Amino acid sequence: MTTEPAALASEPETATAPVADTTDSTVTLQVWRGDPDGGAFAEYSLPANEGEVVLDVVHRLQAGPAPDLACRWNCKAGKCGSCSAEINGRPRLMCMTRVDELPPGPITVAPMRTFPIIRDLVTDVSFNFAMAKLVPAFSPPPPPAEGYRMQQIDVERGQEFRKCIECFMCQDVCHVIRDHEENKPAYAGPRFFIRIAELEMHPLDTNDRRDLVRQQMGLGMCNITKCCTEVCPEHIKITDNAIIPMKERVVDADFDPVGWLGRKILRRSKTSPTETAAISAYPGPSPSAPAG
Amino acid sequence: MATVEKATVSPVTIGGTRGGPDQPTVRKDRWWLQPVVTATVLTSFVVYATWAAFVNKDYYVGATEHRDLISPFYSPCLAGSCVPGSHPHIVLSQWMISPAILILIVPLGFRLTCYYYRRAYYRSFWLSPPNCAVADAHGSYSGETRFPLILQNVHRWFFYLGLILNVILTIDAVVSYNQPGIGIGVTVGSLVLTVNAVLLWCYSLSCHSCRHLCGGQVRSFAKHPIRYRLWKFVTPLNAHHMNFAWASLVFVALTDLYVRLVASGTITDFRLF
Ligand code: SF4
Ligand code: SF4
Ligand code: FES
Ligand code: FES
Repeated sequence: MTTEPAALASEPETATAPVADTTDSTVTLQVWRGDPDGGAFAEYSLPANEGEVVLDVVHRLQAGPAPDLACRWNCKAGKCGSCSAEINGRPRLMCMTRVDELPPGPITVAPMRTFPIIRDLVTDVSFNFAMAKLVPAFSPPPPPAEGYRMQQIDVERGQEFRKCIECFMCQDVCHVIRDHEENKPAYAGPRFFIRIAELEMHPLDTNDRRDLVRQQMGLGMCNITKCCTEVCPEHIKITDNAIIPMKERVVDADFDPVGWLGRKILRRSKTSPTETAAISAYPGPSPSAPAG
Repeated sequence: MATVEKATVSPVTIGGTRGGPDQPTVRKDRWWLQPVVTATVLTSFVVYATWAAFVNKDYYVGATEHRDLISPFYSPCLAGSCVPGSHPHIVLSQWMISPAILILIVPLGFRLTCYYYRRAYYRSFWLSPPNCAVADAHGSYSGETRFPLILQNVHRWFFYLGLILNVILTIDAVVSYNQPGIGIGVTVGSLVLTVNAVLLWCYSLSCHSCRHLCGGQVRSFAKHPIRYRLWKFVTPLNAHHMNFAWASLVFVALTDLYVRLVASGTITDFRLF
């Protein structure tokens, strides 16, 4: 046996026999309609069109039976990160989810669960922008006479993280805040762990963000169960390439007895001479009241 | 229409009423299958390994059978109770309980703190969360920030100890090609021990701590070309860490079982050439 039993791999949610020709059939959507005062799924059936994505059907609902249905979208190409929703219970981009790839039967479309609802499929994602403020900016040293130089291998390392389209589905699926609202003020979430990792792997950056990520951004709350990686539409290996490397860096700083002893003997600080320990001046958002 | 200058900054709220149905999950696929299968395989392994560690017999096939096969659960055999011939020579002669208990602490600690197994058992046993977008089964949550889970940070120490054990199991595999009284040859048992050692190396080298210590740690690859090479070598292995974790887990149990069946006389170890 060289692979995990097939059943262990997460099941792609595809229908066993894709509907070859959907022109005569109907597509049924159960869409969440509501606002902070409450809501419920409303069911709509429309004739199915071949090759449609869920967002197409939502647009046809707006053009027909539900003109007041609220949803966010911009690019319809999986690049703007606006149309995040929970389709059949899983965070997905509406514009990148083909109807004929979903199992037969009604398709549920709900807003992202982790963020407060504004209306229908639209949520208030400000939590993420509040957390973005916690990340101290890139801080290169003063430029040398010949200008900054960076080798290609170092440039390539951070590229994966720059693919993020800020759809915030990783934040939405992360059980640390999805199931525990009280953790929100102290937990930045996977999207910002990749930002921190990118900066920590940047050869020109001079901040040491390890204390920050452990103490203020809640890296230790993540239990590496990898749901963020599973939902990321850009296929960023959030857990393997950012969170675990950051956890290992925190071990270097705080949980490695040999490293600690070495530093004591050599009278070194855990931050290298070219770096400064960064703690965010921004105190972080408050849980209930508007935070700025 | 408001211009940019006139626009006011809207306040940031992070709490508020959530949308969507208030139920643990809306998923209708078989999301429970993954945790159930993981829990079943892990439980079976733990039950088998506990039994095998405590029976304290049938773990070594020695010169009387013209073989030199030792179960990975009992190697290195460091106790006073070790059967004669099983290497190395007695180290803790006062230890008369099963020698496996002494040794298994290392692979147990290594696998318990492994980033992949953490994911597997947090999902399947602790249900935190059982699967993605399925609610955590617990009311409060502090992740790995407090005792005892903060101890997961010792993983790299078990990684180092595990490497020593891998070297010993590799030696066991090599010496198994020498059949006392017959000479050098290949038996099914020696192949089993070899595959076991290879899988354990794959598992250890694909470890996330290994990847970090090889080169992931550095800020600039360009300034550390050798560490960059090492990192480049282990990174593709690391991508398969989950597969190596399962393969080596199952195979180490099968290796013990094979040696056990030969040692108890249930089967004979076939000599290929
Ligand atoms: S791996 Fe960590 S950050 Fe990602 S979803 Fe799981 S708990 Fe959240
Ligand atoms: S990391 Fe992936 S899932 Fe998270 S916000 Fe960026 S693109 Fe979306
Ligand atoms: S509309 Fe831009 S990502 Fe879907
Ligand atoms: S052994 Fe799995 S991460 Fe180290």
